[in-house]
Amino acid sequence: MQWETVIGLEIHAQLATRSKIFSASSTQYGAEPNSQANAVDLGMPGVLPVLNREAVHMAIKFALATKAEIGTRSVFARKNYFYPDLPKGYQISQMSLPIVGTGIVPVELDDGEIKMVGLTRAHLEEDAGKSVHENFHNATGVDLNRAGTPLLEIVSEPDMRSAKEAVAYARKIHTLVRYIEICDGNMQEGSFRCDANVSVRPVGQEELGTRSEIKNVNSFRFLERAINFEVERQIDILEDGGTVVQETRLYDADKDETRSMRSKEEANDYRYFPDPDLLPVQIEDELIESLRASMPELPDARRKRFISEYELSEYDAGVMTADRATADYFETVIDKSGASPKLACSWISGELFSRLNKESLELGESPVDTERFSGLVARIHDNTISGKIGKEILDKMWSGNDNADTIIDNEGLRQISDSSEIESMIDEVIAANPDQLAEYRSGKEKLLSYFVGQVMKASRGKANPGELNKLLQEKLKG
Amino acid sequence: MAVDNKVVEQVAHLARLQISADSVANYAAEMSGVLELAAQMDEVDTSSIEPMAHPTHAVQRLRDDVVDEVDKREAFQKIAPSVENGYYLVPTVIE
Repeated sequence: MQWETVIGLEIHAQLATRSKIFSASSTQYGAEPNSQANAVDLGMPGVLPVLNREAVHMAIKFALATKAEIGTRSVFARKNYFYPDLPKGYQISQMSLPIVGTGIVPVELDDGEIKMVGLTRAHLEEDAGKSVHENFHNATGVDLNRAGTPLLEIVSEPDMRSAKEAVAYARKIHTLVRYIEICDGNMQEGSFRCDANVSVRPVGQEELGTRSEIKNVNSFRFLERAINFEVERQIDILEDGGTVVQETRLYDADKDETRSMRSKEEANDYRYFPDPDLLPVQIEDELIESLRASMPELPDARRKRFISEYELSEYDAGVMTADRATADYFETVIDKSGASPKLACSWISGELFSRLNKESLELGESPVDTERFSGLVARIHDNTISGKIGKEILDKMWSGNDNADTIIDNEGLRQISDSSEIESMIDEVIAANPDQLAEYRSGKEKLLSYFVGQVMKASRGKANPGELNKLLQEKLKG
Repeated sequence: MAVDNKVVEQVAHLARLQISADSVANYAAEMSGVLELAAQMDEVDTSSIEPMAHPTHAVQRLRDDVVDEVDKREAFQKIAPSVENGYYLVPTVIE
């Protein structure tokens, strides 16, 4: 039988606020356990949650970025369950009236096709704390620093038909939330988490198969592997005549498999009800309009503009708009260097990125800022230096504080484009290599590169390669 | 809606309440009575009324995104039954 895979994703994006969603505790990652958990986060009696304005604004920005409906009147609800890292015995979330309603996210697939993925909703909620199961004798340790961190749970329609499509959609949301600066997207630290609802059905069948929910996936690579494993598992069960059980499954990256999370099976009755501690949230049109005006150019629009305005290829435009920091860096460099966009793009995606990758640095941590990088690209653009010398200068800029012009002047690296100067070097090289010259003239044209190398060496790498080639070929002909 | 013993037991379990076996029937009767009372509302036509999430007509006040909290871990952990290295300790949770 032919099977069709059906996938919907629930993405938890941690909102980049300074304080928690309902309290004034810090959301900073990595602090001493429980040093950022106040009376509200601990669920002490008598405390009241007060909603963080910035979290509301960020949710609205997400709605604007995905052209989703904005719930102008949204309501918080209690989701009740018992777990040690949830001190109140309920999580404050949203149920029937979420802050973000339905929307559409266009997702570009590998083959260039655009897939429209429906958003069901996105709602605000608080994160739980963290349980540490190791390190303690016959006990579990609870750290509540994360309790109360604002999350936007982004729920998609079951519109994806393969693990690849699911990953493309997740990446799209990941890019988007970082672009509009509502989430730092750090998957290792858990700022961006994906749960996948996966089911299979015979091709052509309308009705959805029984799904399982995969949790604990903290990279895009694992998301793809977890879904593929789960699809295989379900098809095996069905083809053996069995039935798929609706359950939550945990992905184990070490074993590359999903396994049943039995502890959560019985507790699926969350008894949602409106939280009496929180009033309905009213969102006025003026607020929406002022946030709309503050929105940056979104990645899709920017990519299209890079293609039309800068004549970048589809591929290059994709690389230059993969995240906002790169796109900003690129446009600043074009602006400051006066270089062609193509040149700026190739130096950023080639030389700059390879150095950053080597040292596992983010663009924001680059030792060479836009100012100095532009200075370098400008000198390559105006032929003061060759690309080869440019790479050497970039290495020096990487480990020091000088700008390109200073290094060029101090080390006498200016490119020699003056034809009489190059000609005299060529003459010397030809005079010193009479045998090679004779061979070249008798048809061994491969020796051209030998001569190029000799002259380049004589110029200590500074001869303008275009000029050198042209003059050398003329001279060799005799 | 009539509440039977099974529902009482389930609700008690979800709420982590321990109730004695001989009081289950009593709870079932009382809870059924409460639901019957509320069920009178079904007689009223509420189709033009927007569901209410809160008894007042006020809307939620928002706070600025400012960290305004000092670390009071020591005070909080003094009243906790068990702590170690800054963590609150609970009976082992088996995943």
